[in-house]
Parts: sequence; structure tokens; C-alpha cells
Amino acid sequence: MSLQTPLGRVRGLGSAREGVAHWSAQRVSAVLLLPLSIWFLSCVLPVLGQPYSDARVYVAQPMNAFLLLTFMLALIYHALLGVQVVIEDYIHTRWLEVGLQVAIKLIAFLAALATAFALIRIVLGA
Amino acid sequence: MAVERPLSPHLQVYRPQLTATLSILHRITGLLLSLGGTLLVGWVLILAQGPDHHEHLQAFANGSIVKWLVCAGFYVFVFSLVYHLLNGIRHLVWDAGYGLDIPSAYRSGWAVVVLSIVITALLAWRAMNGGAA
Repeated sequence: MSLQTPLGRVRGLGSAREGVAHWSAQRVSAVLLLPLSIWFLSCVLPVLGQPYSDARVYVAQPMNAFLLLTFMLALIYHALLGVQVVIEDYIHTRWLEVGLQVAIKLIAFLAALATAFALIRIVLGA
Repeated sequence: MAVERPLSPHLQVYRPQLTATLSILHRITGLLLSLGGTLLVGWVLILAQGPDHHEHLQAFANGSIVKWLVCAGFYVFVFSLVYHLLNGIRHLVWDAGYGLDIPSAYRSGWAVVVLSIVITALLAWRAMNGGAA
């Protein structure tokens, strides 16, 4: 027996049954980001202001490139999940909400691809 | 089609509290970090492009007015990362079921505030002495 009102059922309201997966993915990516963020703050931060050759040599080291790629992919994924909830919570104009939800997914997808291509290029020294 | 009902949290009737402030700060820093992450992708792309593009970037970042903006933006990003990291640990501990009573929530809240400021200051001090910001 369902306690849902007929009006609610007609409007297609209620759980989409995706909440737990989203919640848990947000936390798993957070756990991955804990050590990576500490590494980023302590090691990569000074590199951001360095001259080209020094910065490139640092990022080209396989271990640094691997950690940076992992950090940025986890960051992009974690950010996508977080921004999605912020849009759901605060944007109540339907067309804008849907537009933003699509836009952030495209941006995240492109950002992840661009990062991977750029880092592979740097490591291979092209 | 949509039924207009009042939205639940009537924030204006509450006195500002540490826990609520830190909660919204977690969201704000999260949004700022999303923005900063996008800029970081740009930095990696420019690094892959070659020295010419990187020179343009550094020339731009060293412009007289832009320099201060870049510097301010950089420290907002660093603070956001430190705060979101520490408060994220607080959230994970809550998710595990610990520290949910009010005194503990305030203690961990103040700890996060103090630690974020101290760690950001230490990172700024290191950047100024190491010459690279």
C-alpha cells in the first residue's frame, strides 16, 4: 500500500531512487581527495607560480603527473556532484535549472578530458 | 502546474549560529573550489601548450592591477581548499555517527575555524619566503 497522494503520483513526485548512490559517491570521492588535497597544498601550490621550465619539469615526473591527474579527476567528479545539489536546492526556475544541470555535466566532461590530454602530452614530452 | 508553497527554512527568524554559518561556508567554498578547479585545468592546458602561452599567462598575472586580483584570488582558493578539507573531515566523522551532539559540533566547528586560518597563514608565509605564490 502506498501512502502517496494520487496528485503526487500523477505529477511523478517522490524518490528517484538515486539519492543513496549520489550521497555515497560524494563521500567516496571526498575520502580520495583527503590525501590528494594535502599533497596538492604542500607540493603543487608553490609550482603554480614557478617559471615555465621548472613547472613543466615538475609536472612531467610520472608520479607527479599521476597524482595530479588523480587529484583533478576526483576534484572534477566531487565538484560535479556538489554543484548539482546546489543547483537543485537554489534554482527554482525550471528551464534554468535543467540548462545548468546539463551545462555542468558538459563542462566537467570536457575538463576531465582536457586534463588527461594535457597531462599525457606533458609526460610524453610532446 | 506547480503548487506555490512556502519554502521551509525561514532563515531570517534565526540568530546567526556558528554551525549554520560553517554549513553555508562549506557550500560557498565548494563552489569557489569548483571555479578554482576549472582555472587549474586552464593552467595544465597552458603548461602543455608550451612556453609562449605560459609567458603570456605570467605577463598577464603580473600586470599591475591584475597582480593583486590574482594574489587575492589565490589566497581565497587556498583558504577555501583548507577549510573545505577540514570541514569535510568533520562531515565524514558525523557521517560515521560521531560528534553529533551540540557541544561537540561547536568544539569541532571552532577547531576547523582556527585550524583553517592557521594553516592558510602558514601556507602564505611559506609562499612569501619561498618567493613562489
